[in-house]
Amino acid sequence: MINMFEVNETNKMIEQENLDVRTITLGISLLDCIDADLDRLNEKIYKKITETARDLVKTGEHIESKYGIPIVNKRISVTPIALVGSAACHTTDDFVTIARTLDRAAKTVGVNFIGGYSALVSKGMTTGDELLIRSIPDALACTERVCSSVNVGSTKCGIDMDAVRLMGEIVLQTADRTKEKDSLGCAKLVVFCNAPDDNPFMAGAFHGVTEADAIINVGVSGPGVVKTALEKVRGESFEVLCETIKKTAFKITRVGQLVAKEASRMLGIPFGIIDLSLAPTPAIGDSVADILKEIGLEQPGAPGTTAALALLNDQVKKGGIMASSYVGGLSGAFIPVSEDQGMIDAVTAGALTLEKLEAMTCVCSVGLDMIAVPGSTSKETLAGIIADEMAIGMINQKTTAVRIIPVIGKDVGETVEFGGLLGYAPIMPVNRFGCEAFVKREGRIPAPIHSFKN
Amino acid sequence: MKKTIITVVGKDTVGIIAKVCTYLADNNINILDISQTIVSGYFNMMMIVDANASSKPFGDISADLDKLGESIGVKIKCQREEIFEMMHRI
Repeated sequence: MINMFEVNETNKMIEQENLDVRTITLGISLLDCIDADLDRLNEKIYKKITETARDLVKTGEHIESKYGIPIVNKRISVTPIALVGSAACHTTDDFVTIARTLDRAAKTVGVNFIGGYSALVSKGMTTGDELLIRSIPDALACTERVCSSVNVGSTKCGIDMDAVRLMGEIVLQTADRTKEKDSLGCAKLVVFCNAPDDNPFMAGAFHGVTEADAIINVGVSGPGVVKTALEKVRGESFEVLCETIKKTAFKITRVGQLVAKEASRMLGIPFGIIDLSLAPTPAIGDSVADILKEIGLEQPGAPGTTAALALLNDQVKKGGIMASSYVGGLSGAFIPVSEDQGMIDAVTAGALTLEKLEAMTCVCSVGLDMIAVPGSTSKETLAGIIADEMAIGMINQKTTAVRIIPVIGKDVGETVEFGGLLGYAPIMPVNRFGCEAFVKREGRIPAPIHSFKN
Repeated sequence: MKKTIITVVGKDTVGIIAKVCTYLADNNINILDISQTIVSGYFNMMMIVDANASSKPFGDISADLDKLGESIGVKIKCQREEIFEMMHRI
């Protein structure tokens, strides 16, 4: 039988160490909504989302009270809209009507974000894909809850450099269209390489075409729990360090598994995966950077950071894998800058640069995330930053992403405030040398040699 | 049989157990196990109970106990056992 020590340990994690389930994300396929008539398409999309997700928020709240564990977000991901809308949309404005429909549906069911205003173009863009991508700045400017992502590369196909170049432009346009809100639109736009079909975390969530009609994916969190566990093993060997992270990751993931199963049962929708990411928030004590410090770094960014992060990411996976039969999504440590107080401090202290962050993305689960740069950064430089990150993903057979915010009207030394879970960030300097001739080349980077496994 | 874990934490005072147990008895909730300690004036109790025979839904019991805790000056939390089972048992 459960004893008092165990009960207290769990409740201490929840009450003092910010253990929570970060998101229950309901993936909904919109493939059956496809229609050549735009009005009918919008109507069907709205109906399908609001009917499928009708009880999502209520169910989440019920589970919260039953187990006493906070479930911070209830969200929805949908089939990439480029696929759903291409038969009906002939202009960028046509696509924007779908973004508005998604936003309206999100508000009706009470979710704070809806992901899937996306295109998958790792090998090339269809007319529909390109229209959707070109509509992103308007779509993100006129909606509140819609999140957008574009997959521009994969280990299997290489990198579509035409799409990378276009995304450099689109990121900058999105920043400009939302400049009154400190270019907030870019915080809802992710460029991916090897994007997973079942990622529950925003802004990059979409419901992949390989998925069933509807599915429940759950993202757990708990950097504070790992940090507190590591406080007890200061100065111990790597073996002890790794064991402690694994055990903690196991416990965290089991809670996610419980919540996912229960949500699936109550909603009558199959359980997909648990994403066992360590996702920080700007709250004190909910930071991945603090774990790196606890492992032994003075600041994230110091020599040794990449090794410490590699170790952390790997142990989180090892512990989490045993806790759930279906692990997927991104699953690892997230290292966003604005959403993690410890990372913000490291940038402010001059310890952490864009280049070091790029190195860290080679060994963590995502990429350059929530990084604010000067609004004067050129579209070619942004494309170059995206291309670098995509290359890391392609060659290392892993997901990488870029969520970068060129803050219009602001420069290095200033700070940008996004609010809520998105936090705030100091503007980081960007390498001032150009890459225009490189990104202006047309076509794609071929798939790497190790992709030929057939 | 689905079990519920009730935890009570707060400054020690007269009648904490009595008040919680009275509420449970009034609502037909059976106590299966109690453990309790006091560390430097702080009361810490865990109960394992069976609430299946109660006519009240879980959410109401949880809200009532929360209110009762407030009136005594302690924090009472009511959670289904599975969260602890999942976390601490393979």
